[in-house]
Amino acid sequence: MIKGRVWKFGDDIDTDVIIPARYLNTSDPAELAKHCMEDKDPDFVKKVSPGDIIVGGANFGCGSSREHAPVAIKASGVACVIARSFARIFFRNAINIGLPVFESEEASEKIREGDTVEVDQAAGTIKNLTTGEIYSFHAFPRFMEEIIKAGGLIPYTRRRLEQLGAATEAPGGIVPPGHGTAMPAAADAKGGDRLAK
Amino acid sequence: MPFTITEKILGAHSPVGEARAGDFVNCRVDLVLGNDVTAPAAIKEFDRIGAGRVFDKDRIALVPDHFVPNKDIKSAEQCRLMRRFAREQGITHYFEVGRSGIEHVLLPDLGMVAPGDLVIGADSHTCTYGALGAFSTGVGSTDMACAMATGEIWLKVPETIRFIYFGKLRPWVGGKDLILRTIAHIGVDGALYRAMEFTGETLKHLPMSDRFTMANMAIEAGAKNGIFEPDDITLDYLRGRVSREFKVYHSDPDAHYIDTIELDVSDIEPQVAFPHLPENSKPVSEARDVEIDQAVIGSCTNGRLEDLRIAARVLKGKTVHPNVRLIVIPATQEIYRRAMDEGLLSIFIDAGAAVSTPTCGPCLGGHMGILAEGERAIATTNRNFVGRMGHPKSEVYLANPAIAAASAILGRIGSPEELGVEPQ
Repeated sequence: MIKGRVWKFGDDIDTDVIIPARYLNTSDPAELAKHCMEDKDPDFVKKVSPGDIIVGGANFGCGSSREHAPVAIKASGVACVIARSFARIFFRNAINIGLPVFESEEASEKIREGDTVEVDQAAGTIKNLTTGEIYSFHAFPRFMEEIIKAGGLIPYTRRRLEQLGAATEAPGGIVPPGHGTAMPAAADAKGGDRLAK
Repeated sequence: MPFTITEKILGAHSPVGEARAGDFVNCRVDLVLGNDVTAPAAIKEFDRIGAGRVFDKDRIALVPDHFVPNKDIKSAEQCRLMRRFAREQGITHYFEVGRSGIEHVLLPDLGMVAPGDLVIGADSHTCTYGALGAFSTGVGSTDMACAMATGEIWLKVPETIRFIYFGKLRPWVGGKDLILRTIAHIGVDGALYRAMEFTGETLKHLPMSDRFTMANMAIEAGAKNGIFEPDDITLDYLRGRVSREFKVYHSDPDAHYIDTIELDVSDIEPQVAFPHLPENSKPVSEARDVEIDQAVIGSCTNGRLEDLRIAARVLKGKTVHPNVRLIVIPATQEIYRRAMDEGLLSIFIDAGAAVSTPTCGPCLGGHMGILAEGERAIATTNRNFVGRMGHPKSEVYLANPAIAAASAILGRIGSPEELGVEPQ
């Protein structure tokens, strides 16, 4: 369960306003957090409290591939981002680094700034505790849930390499280059859900 | 079973040999790319994996290009981290300042990408290489780290939107205008999670440089990749650059497209995208009252030799408006040298332009041309977001090199036709 107060943003919130490039000469999360959302709302970092939630509109996180954007949001204490839709690289990066993101047209439309909402990941619902409304969010493909459950792509990959290393005994546990090894249950590549365990 | 070119390339790189839109596939990568903004974070993540060595030292490209030559101490330290990693791992394709350039121009020019390849890069404009009939897409630093460790990436196979362009282009209209027009048509999320397949009679004669520009900006419509089917123009470009074998893929005639969009481009003028989204484009004739402080010609979108030739054609014998700073940035050292040999740099300098060493620099508000509060720039770059080139209250207008050059002379946005310059 994630419960927090909402900061509301509009459509097409790009990674340049989430973390301007003038701060990209570091990848230190604490440094990046100091400038989160600076070019959209210079006071955001002063106002935001740990556990708060960002609600955006369509195409949240569009633009550059900078992982610094979800890192800055996460390090600023934001517990999750809800949006009508996410730009694809931002979405991947958020999953990979362990920032929860939820796609919900209804929630994006109806939640107002200052509302308190509760996300029930198991039930797939977002409850607006201020208005009493309940919204649903798009479930993750089961394959992606595996990455989330592992705590991000790094622990997920570490575990996979250990499994593969044990099987192949490649030097240093590395996958032999040039061979697209099957993922867990990847033998059936027909359809996203059937692929996953 | 019919497949799109994107499905075919992903299928060929998957363990099961076949992929269809909606599938999740774990693909083998031919090349993994990172720059001085994204690679340092990726290297830290790579260390956390504990893999020790990269999967293949020949299949990783590290290109310091965003904040180089180092703009400040922190950038210098980021680059040092990258340089040390490259040495420790024996990375073949590490490109040092002076022997380098902007990644998305450098790698194709060096023959490091071929048709049918699968490339991932920790830079959103990695989609550029789709111009060669490769699948290439941008990812973040963690994805890059894992790909460096495993040689693989998980991908959801995208649905494809097919774009069919027809009609003969008017003078001074090129790839930049086609892609700006397309983004205006579908919006900045119009191709979200999709492949954009660029086809049609107009593109049959479109030079490689213009195709790179179009594929480069697929991300500005939210796309996963932009792609062209290779043809004789592609093969001509590859000759002398790529010596290894590669495979040319084509979409099957009855492949499934989630949408097909036909665009008659015979009447379009050069486009200018107004702040603060690339979808806000208007014909240049409707932008003529916009005064500018700066013009930038360069970037992974329009910093190629062909782009510089167009700019030089407009600037030859003219001078930059007293109120304007014109900054020209050849995208690679090779382009810089050829521009010098062809006399283009003299034309720029005689006109009163600053010519910079290759860097992404001003495009992302890094260095080499940051805007002050209230200033306006016309740029051949790819994004005009709030604060993109400097102060949050500055403005960027996106255009092709001919329009940027003409605007630099006029002191306001305008076209070479107003200056009486004959098109080629």
